[in-house]
Formats: sequence, structure tokens, C-alpha cells
Amino acid sequence: MKVLVAVKHVVDAYVQIRLMADGSGVDTRGLKHNINPFCEIAVEEAVQLKEKGDASEVVICSIGEDAVQETLRKALALGADRAVHLKTTAQMQPLQLAKVLHTLVESEKPDLVLMGKQSIDGDNNQTAQMLAGLLGWPQGMFASRLELKGQELVVNREVDSGEETLQLKLPAVVSADLRLNQPRHVTLPNLMKTKQKPLEVQTLPDLAPSSYKILNVTEPAKRQKGVLLNSVDELLDKLKNEAKVVG
Amino acid sequence: MTHFNPLDPLNFDSQLTSDERMLRDATKDFVTGELQPLIVKANRERFFPQEVVAKMGEMGLFGVQLEGYGCLNLGYVSYGIVNHEIEYCDSAFRSFMSVQSSLVMHPIHSFGTEEQKQRFLPKLASGEFVGCFGLTEPDAGSDPSSMRTRAKKVDGGYILNGEKTWITNSPIADVLVVWAKDDADKIRGFILEKGMKGLTCPHIEGKLSLLASETGMIVMQDVFVPEENKFPEIEGLKGPFSCLNSARYGISWGAMGAAQFCFEQALNYTTERKQFGKPLAANQLIQMKLANMSTDITTGKLLSLQLGRLKDKGDDNYHMTSYAKRNNTLKALEIARTARDMHGGNGVNDEYQVMRHLMNLEAVITYEGTADIHALIIGRALTGLQAFD
Repeated sequence: MKVLVAVKHVVDAYVQIRLMADGSGVDTRGLKHNINPFCEIAVEEAVQLKEKGDASEVVICSIGEDAVQETLRKALALGADRAVHLKTTAQMQPLQLAKVLHTLVESEKPDLVLMGKQSIDGDNNQTAQMLAGLLGWPQGMFASRLELKGQELVVNREVDSGEETLQLKLPAVVSADLRLNQPRHVTLPNLMKTKQKPLEVQTLPDLAPSSYKILNVTEPAKRQKGVLLNSVDELLDKLKNEAKVVG
Repeated sequence: MTHFNPLDPLNFDSQLTSDERMLRDATKDFVTGELQPLIVKANRERFFPQEVVAKMGEMGLFGVQLEGYGCLNLGYVSYGIVNHEIEYCDSAFRSFMSVQSSLVMHPIHSFGTEEQKQRFLPKLASGEFVGCFGLTEPDAGSDPSSMRTRAKKVDGGYILNGEKTWITNSPIADVLVVWAKDDADKIRGFILEKGMKGLTCPHIEGKLSLLASETGMIVMQDVFVPEENKFPEIEGLKGPFSCLNSARYGISWGAMGAAQFCFEQALNYTTERKQFGKPLAANQLIQMKLANMSTDITTGKLLSLQLGRLKDKGDDNYHMTSYAKRNNTLKALEIARTARDMHGGNGVNDEYQVMRHLMNLEAVITYEGTADIHALIIGRALTGLQAFD
């Protein structure tokens, strides 16, 4: 089984972000970036599949500017075999990303595409589903456990009503949730070995202009200080007249 | 205009290569995941959690600056970055790594025979062997040339007698690099091995610093060391000093790691803790302290980085090392003490972790050349006049 893992290079989870003064988005200049945590879990799962003998090759891809190569190298250091950098300066939305990945899937022909369930920058949680839709492949989203049984993949997912077990025919698209595994540490010897692993750069053609336009990005409203009430009546009054959530 | 980053005010990061940043991040992840969860308990209960040795070995943290024999050959800037990240957690872990990498692996790598290198270096790199370094004696600290340990030539080797003290890792060491005077009064280096007859390494009680580090003595009573365990060529103090220069350089980075931790804790604490209806950090006295700490850390790191770049080109000298070790350990100690003060009463509790760094740094300014001795080395270089001897 060949596994393709799509990973995203995002602003590090522990960095304090700031908005651009003109409201056009988040100012990411000079900020520490890292592999998106859910994507790291997806890479770890692919590497574990290889270690179990279920996967024959683990290929990593990422879309973006040259800086994404640091995230690709981290994925290689975790144990992936080779990487593909789909180079572009365009800021893409989930459907565009899914279309780019669709093209790559057609040339790479993996049996399984693994992705993080969402990236911590946009929190869209759409690209994996859209990719499965474009490919016409079965999907197992927010996987918390994954096991290969013959030609089928058993995926457990945590849903509101409990745990759901899916049986997917390969090829399939699976997105990783937080509990799927605990990624290993990147060791320095493995980091150095990535220099010997292939990293192919494919420059993407210019995209058709997107119909998606960001009008303004603002910070969420600051949380107001709470007040201590003395009685239930007072609470009901506030819920009725101030918050207007009770009729 | 770019934004001001409180944790990296002068964009120090931009001075590192992509490889160096990745190495830094990987080491930071390891330290956060594997070392940080252990340190408060280890320090409180005064033990070195020995399970970290194999993990540090697997991580590739021993002898990163050396070439071959299971080492990564990443040079001195990378070695410095590793020191910084480990000491951000605790000086005890960094001391372990410094001793292993600079005081044990470095001399075997520089002065050892091919057979010694093959026998010891790969196992020291993996953490299978723990090393220690014996130079200091009860009556020979800053003045190592007055050492009393003797190596008497006998058939097939040497008989060693003497005592070494304040030896990091000695009670748990498998490989002991020991410096002793031979029959011609020349200082020579020997590789002792655990289990040699007449060799004991008692643990030293009563330390108030580096509580999570093993410290002991090396006591040698007629220890026979075979000829093949002697460094063949090196003689005099340049052997041990070459080791110390490498370690001291690493300490200059490490001390700034400890300082960075204390600064971040003080910044968080004083912005969150409210007294008189406003955050502590809204007071001028606190802001001045934070400004001083931040400036000292940034200048200290730039100093270490510049020295590392010179070392990687082979354009350094030991005066520069004195400059960096002295400045950065003194500044780190001051920062840790200020951070302790800024935490008020909470600062004396180990949960807040700044006083542990403060206590550690008292050892760090002292070992591997006290701050005063380094001032005299710099003074001698500036004036051409020796003020000690």
C-alpha cells in the first residue's frame, strides 16, 4: 500500500499572532512556523503503517512557498520516504487545495491519502472531504484509530453519539484526529538523514482567480468581565432583558 | 515595520540557518516532552533521572560537534544551540551533556588513539556509556597545575594514586578521563574504566546547586591503568584546557537558556499577577527589570553565536571563550535572581522553577573557571600582564 500524506506549514501553535493593520489577514512575517499538529499525526500514522509492514512507501506533499520545505523535512525526519513540494505563492482555499491534490493523486496513484482533519490557521476542516469527493473515493474523517485488514481499512471515529466504526475499500481518504497517535520526536540523526531523501519541487501553474475574497479580518471581541448576581430572580431578569435569550 | 517579538527582540532567529533552526526546534520538542516533566521532582528529591541518558543518546545530543564515530559533525553553533535548549530546562541536564560531549568525547576524539576512539566514542554517543572528567582536586581548583594525582610508570602501564573532587557524573560513570602527573612531572591523560581495582567514586552530599545532577569524587588507590588507556601524545595543561574551552563555550549558550526561561517566567508572572489593582508589570520598577533582562539575554546570545561562528571557522582563541563564559554566566545569575525577586514569595517555591535555576547558576559561574579567573584571563590578554600565578 502506498500512502500519500498532505501536510500544511502553519504558524506555530504557541506563537502569539497579530493582524495586519489593513485588516487583510494575519501578519505571519517573521513568525515561527511548524508542521500543522494534525498533519504531524497523519505523518506519524503513515510511518507506523510502514513500520508494521502495511505500507510500502510514504510520500509527503505540501503546497506553498519555499518555506514549506522545512515542514517537508520535518515529515521526512519522522520517517517518510520522499517529499513533493508543490510550489506556489498563491493563497489557496480548501477547494483549490483539493483540486491541486487531486492532480497529484492522479500522478502518484496512492492507495491511501492521509491528512490532518484541519489546519490550525484556517480551521476549515474541508480539504480532505473535498478531495475524497473529487476522487470519488470513500472517506474516513477525524480518525481516532486506523487498521488495515486485507484490502479494507477499518477507521474508528469519535462522533457526538459515541464511536463510529467504518470499513473503507481502498483507495480512500482519511483525516487524522488528535487521538490517533502521539507523534515521535524528531531526532537529530534523522533530521540530518533527510538531506539524502528525495525532495521534488513541482511549480504549480497560475490559478484561475478565486471567487473567494477576504473582506476584512478582525480580532474576536474581548471577553467582558463577569458579574456576581445575588438571586435567581436577578439572573432571570438579566437573561430576559439584557441577554434576551429567555422569552 | 515588523512587529516586536518579546521573546526574540532583535530577531536572533534570522542569524541561524534553516538547518540550525530545525535542530533547535527538534531539541526544544525533546526537552519539553522528555526532560521538563521530570525536573521538578528530580531536583526536589535530589536524583539524576538516569533514564534520560539513553533518550538523549537516541536523540543524537552527545558529541554533536564531533565528526565520525557515531557523532553528527554539526559544528559548534549547533552544539551551542543544543546547550541552550537543554539548560532552558535545567543546568543539571546540560551539565551531563557538556561533560559527556566536551570533557569526555572531545579529548578521546582529539587525543585518543584510533583504538580508543572506536572503543569508546560510539557508546558514549549513544548513551550506553556515561563519561566523567577528573581534573579538579581538593587542593587544586583554579590552579590545576598544583595537582597531586600521580601516574607511576610500571610494566605494561601506570599505577594511579590520588583524589579528584566535584566530578559531575562520577558515581554513575563507565568511562573516566583522568589527568595525572607522570614520573617526569608532566600532566597526562588516562581513560579509566568502571570496575578497575582500587577505583571508587563516592557521591558528594550536601550540594545546594545542580540537585538533579550526580556529583562525586574519583578516589584512586593503586589503580593499574594499561598503556593502551593513556592518551599517547598530549602532555601538560593544554590537554584539559582544550576540553574546558569547548565546554565553557557551550556553557555560555546554556546559561542564556536558563536566563531565557527565568525571563519568560517573570514576564508571564508579572503580567498576570495583579496587586494594587493592576498587573505587577505595569510598574516602572518591574518594566526596567524586564528591559534589562531582555537586553542582557539578547546580547549574550549574540556573543555566543559570534564565538560559535568563529569556532566553526577555526578563528577563535581561549580569551574569547573566557569573555563569553564569564559574561553570560554572570548575567544569567543576575537574571535568575531578579526573576526570583519578581515572583515575590512564590519565587522561593520550586513549582515556579526560577529559584532552581538561580541555585544552579551559582555552580555554573563557578565551575569550568570561575568568573573571576576568566576576568584575569581577559585582563592578561588586554594588558599583557599576568595578575595570577
